[in-house]
Amino acid sequence: MTFEYSSAPESRAIVTIDPVYKLFIGGKFVAPKAGKTFTTINPATEEVLAKIAYAEKSDVDKAVKAAQEGLKVWSKMAPSERGKYLYRIARIMQERAREFAVLETMDNGKPIRETRDVDIPLAAAHFFYHAGWADKLEHAGVGNNPKPYGVVGQIIPWNFPLLMLAWKIAPALATGNTVVLKPAETTPLTALLFAQVCQQAELPAGVVNIVTGDGATGAAIVNHPGISKIAFTGSTDVGKLIARSVAGTGKGLTLELGGKGANIVFEDAPLDETVEGIINGIFFNQGHVCCAGSRLLIQENIQDELLEKLKSRMSQIRLGDPLDKNTDIGAINSREQLEKITELALSGDAEGAERFSAACTIPAKGFWYPPTFFTGVTQAHRIAREEIFGPVLSVISFRTPQEAIEKANNTPFGLSAGVWTDKGSRILWTAKHLRAGVIWANTFNKFDPASPFGGYKESGWGREGGRHGLAAYLKGAK
Amino acid sequence: MVTTAGALTDGSLSSIKGFLKTLSPVDQVGADARAAMLATRSIKTASKKWAIDMAISMIDLTTLEGADTDGKVKAICNKAIRPDPTDPTVPHVGAICVYNDMVTVARKHLDESGGQDIPVAAVSTAFPSGRASLEVKERDTKDAIANGATEIDMVIDRGAFLSGDLEKVFSEIVYIKSLCADKAHLKVILETGELVTYDNVRKASFLAMAAGADFIKTSTGKVAPAATAPVVLVMLEAVRDFYQMTGVRIGVKPAGGIRTTKDAIKQLVLVKETAGDEWLNPGLFRIGASALLNDLLMQRQKLTSGHYGGANYVTLD
Amino acid sequence: MSNSKSRLDVKKTYKLFIAGAFPRSESGRTYEVKDSKGEFVANPSLASRKDLRDAVVAARSAHGGWAGATAFNRGQILYRIAEMMEGRSAQFIDEIVALEGLTPSAAKKQVEEAIDLWVWYSGWCDKIGSIYGSTNAVSGSFYNFTIPDSLGVVAVFAPAKPSLLGLVHSLAPVLAGGNTAIVIASEKYPLSAITLSEAIGTSDVPGGVVNILTGSAAELAPWAASHMDIDGIDATGLSAAQEKEVRIAGADNLKRISTFKDGASPQRVLAFMENKTVWHPIGV
Repeated sequence: MTFEYSSAPESRAIVTIDPVYKLFIGGKFVAPKAGKTFTTINPATEEVLAKIAYAEKSDVDKAVKAAQEGLKVWSKMAPSERGKYLYRIARIMQERAREFAVLETMDNGKPIRETRDVDIPLAAAHFFYHAGWADKLEHAGVGNNPKPYGVVGQIIPWNFPLLMLAWKIAPALATGNTVVLKPAETTPLTALLFAQVCQQAELPAGVVNIVTGDGATGAAIVNHPGISKIAFTGSTDVGKLIARSVAGTGKGLTLELGGKGANIVFEDAPLDETVEGIINGIFFNQGHVCCAGSRLLIQENIQDELLEKLKSRMSQIRLGDPLDKNTDIGAINSREQLEKITELALSGDAEGAERFSAACTIPAKGFWYPPTFFTGVTQAHRIAREEIFGPVLSVISFRTPQEAIEKANNTPFGLSAGVWTDKGSRILWTAKHLRAGVIWANTFNKFDPASPFGGYKESGWGREGGRHGLAAYLKGAK
Repeated sequence: MVTTAGALTDGSLSSIKGFLKTLSPVDQVGADARAAMLATRSIKTASKKWAIDMAISMIDLTTLEGADTDGKVKAICNKAIRPDPTDPTVPHVGAICVYNDMVTVARKHLDESGGQDIPVAAVSTAFPSGRASLEVKERDTKDAIANGATEIDMVIDRGAFLSGDLEKVFSEIVYIKSLCADKAHLKVILETGELVTYDNVRKASFLAMAAGADFIKTSTGKVAPAATAPVVLVMLEAVRDFYQMTGVRIGVKPAGGIRTTKDAIKQLVLVKETAGDEWLNPGLFRIGASALLNDLLMQRQKLTSGHYGGANYVTLD
Repeated sequence: MSNSKSRLDVKKTYKLFIAGAFPRSESGRTYEVKDSKGEFVANPSLASRKDLRDAVVAARSAHGGWAGATAFNRGQILYRIAEMMEGRSAQFIDEIVALEGLTPSAAKKQVEEAIDLWVWYSGWCDKIGSIYGSTNAVSGSFYNFTIPDSLGVVAVFAPAKPSLLGLVHSLAPVLAGGNTAIVIASEKYPLSAITLSEAIGTSDVPGGVVNILTGSAAELAPWAASHMDIDGIDATGLSAAQEKEVRIAGADNLKRISTFKDGASPQRVLAFMENKTVWHPIGV
């Protein structure tokens, strides 16, 4: 008999999901004017989790007015008092961490191990870190009299719902702004639980407002005259649309968009840790990561050996029920995303690349894609250029460090890259030549509130996190 | 690439160094992260019961104290045969591990008490320090085998390893192996706490395997840190790679610091997800421990009874 | 300090705080502390040079772990101390009213300022490097960076008044910089320091990171100044003459010695840090 792991489900009992959720405006939960709702489902089971209020233009307007009222209170407060509210929020998030983790897993489809060990702790840490900046802005190198924008509009994606909320709200509040935030259509629940945390922290009414909805709701935020700054994380196409929309309005804009990160492996890389880094780089979070290492650039003389190890390691990956503590890969977030991944992967087959997929038992319900890589990929393949946003890796080879740099940089994106080698000077040389905003050497997908994150080129404008990330929310700072 | 172990190196210093240089380096932070991730595996119900029984059968029940007496050794032999006198379904342990002058009494007592299947392992070669002449190490080993030990746990010369005298380390292992011949299997203790870096652990593992080790063992249990998860991970990666190179499977034995059922199950997860299911048996994986056995028994009792036990419900020895 | 008519209160014993425990002075000595009206309040320990020696041993052995923890972790632990201080506000207020003779509302203001100041310094731990560290544009293909590193073991001579706020001004920045500390509390107003040690003792702070001694600065300062395993001294609570003696004796191991006029500033964190600069070639 072999060692098979019995199912080890995390209990759902810790979370109470209401049948209907309203908008969070002016410190209260209020129904949308037209009373429309949409549903959010669990992508692993396709069960409906809840009905969510749909915010139309008039609701967004109400939220902006509430944020303006909130700003009157927020801006008069001593900065250290603003900081203490953020500390309270961080502590309550830590207290309710398990509840958040289970809810995030159910709404997003990602494994409980990731929400429990990565998403939620990082989100709380982001508030903790930024709480400490609230009363230290004059030291932050953003000018000697930095001023907030006022009311900021924030639109976040579905891949790390609570973490993206933290990346947006924490610095905005710490710098003295108030916010109107729209979570993604398929993942609103942890944002709405966060609204409860704001109430428990006694955050003044209107400082944080959560409006749920879809692209039209987002457009209403982007175009609202009462909002002086927009922060958006999502696809490059929508990012460009927003940039065009705000042109000429004087609104501040930061964007965190797509990527096609090159993970470069040199011959002297520490192989076992490199394999983990590759796996982590593209299969963590089902590949729904803007900074994923979605192109593996392997030095040709170790390609065969590394790919054998990769295949063997992929056979260990456990795909299945996201609430099972032993699951490594969860569900794809939506049917729509699954179709996109499938289509692009099929183009890989059609264009002559060779597919390898881990053998996984795919559950009957829900949206799933097995971890996959394609070899024989070259720069001209669609799967080498377009962001798949799924667990599909394109393997490209190189012969010299210079060639690796050229191939890595040969893309309109510039968000992230990885370098694997035992040689320090080569790490620094490669980092120097890569046109990417975040470079991981001998590691991958590491995030920290103190570490600035953002992209070159079409991966966006501005940075989030660290001292550099504060500039996004202060007028006059660059 | 499949080659015979003997073809990996001829035992000369330049050959050993050349061979060790071909090994890929280990990133310490990455190895720690991989071990930490595997420690989050949640092993429940049926899989937990399987793991507990497997862990019991893998224990080298150990007493290595200056104060050891015939009485003490006989007591642990009884424990080894019948870990839980109230429950005959509990498997017996993997082996008894004692100093070489206790081998005779252990073997005799096991044979007279129904423990014929349980081998006696002896620590050897001036355990734990290894600081003695080759003649002393030879005598240590020969005595143990003559007294009935069918497993020899030798220590490598860490001083020689750290000062670069790899030929000495290698040739000592080869020599002790020759004394074991077909009478005993040889475990080679690396004393990873003294080697410190994971690169050293990887290199020492390969050196030992190339020299003829049947098992590579983490520690003497007399030095901390002993069998940490990342160290065991690195050694499991080494035996996996060695199998790829030569077709030969070498065993791994963590020893020291594994006190709870949780610790033991984490070890089994490491084995499964690194070297593979083929290593999950006492022929290729052992756990050097003493207090661990009672914790396994208490957890086993809880699985059947449903409530938490206490020290009065497992035997002292 | 207060007493309901029918019930005798259980008075606190004021002991030292060393290595996470609350021992009495090894010398067995205590001294009388009187309130602002001249009434007896308590007999805190009168720390000896051997207590100081023990505190240094504790602080040194705790330094590796404290400096080696992530800056974020230190910030969290320091914030937790503020949570515990908040919970003891009433006790702090009572002690300040009794000893300093302030009104309750003035004492409350001091306590609130002290807690908020502690929170302020907690938030510096993981930010000091991003402002005061740098990458340096050197000539040649080299990556060159400078990071502030903790100094080590710092002895803090707390100012007498304000008894809690002055102590926080001195102690919090030392800890924020990754150092471990030995506080020699004000002789006349020692109680806030001991109550602070109780807050610290219940805050996940590893034993030895903070050590608090009550007693005579005049007696202990020369021993601290000449101790070869103390790396820095905050001499703010000493007189000018005492400070001069401390600087002379401290020169034996080139201690970093500072006095500060009040005012919260990241410079107080940097005063007990060292800058480390690293070079590494950039090449293929």
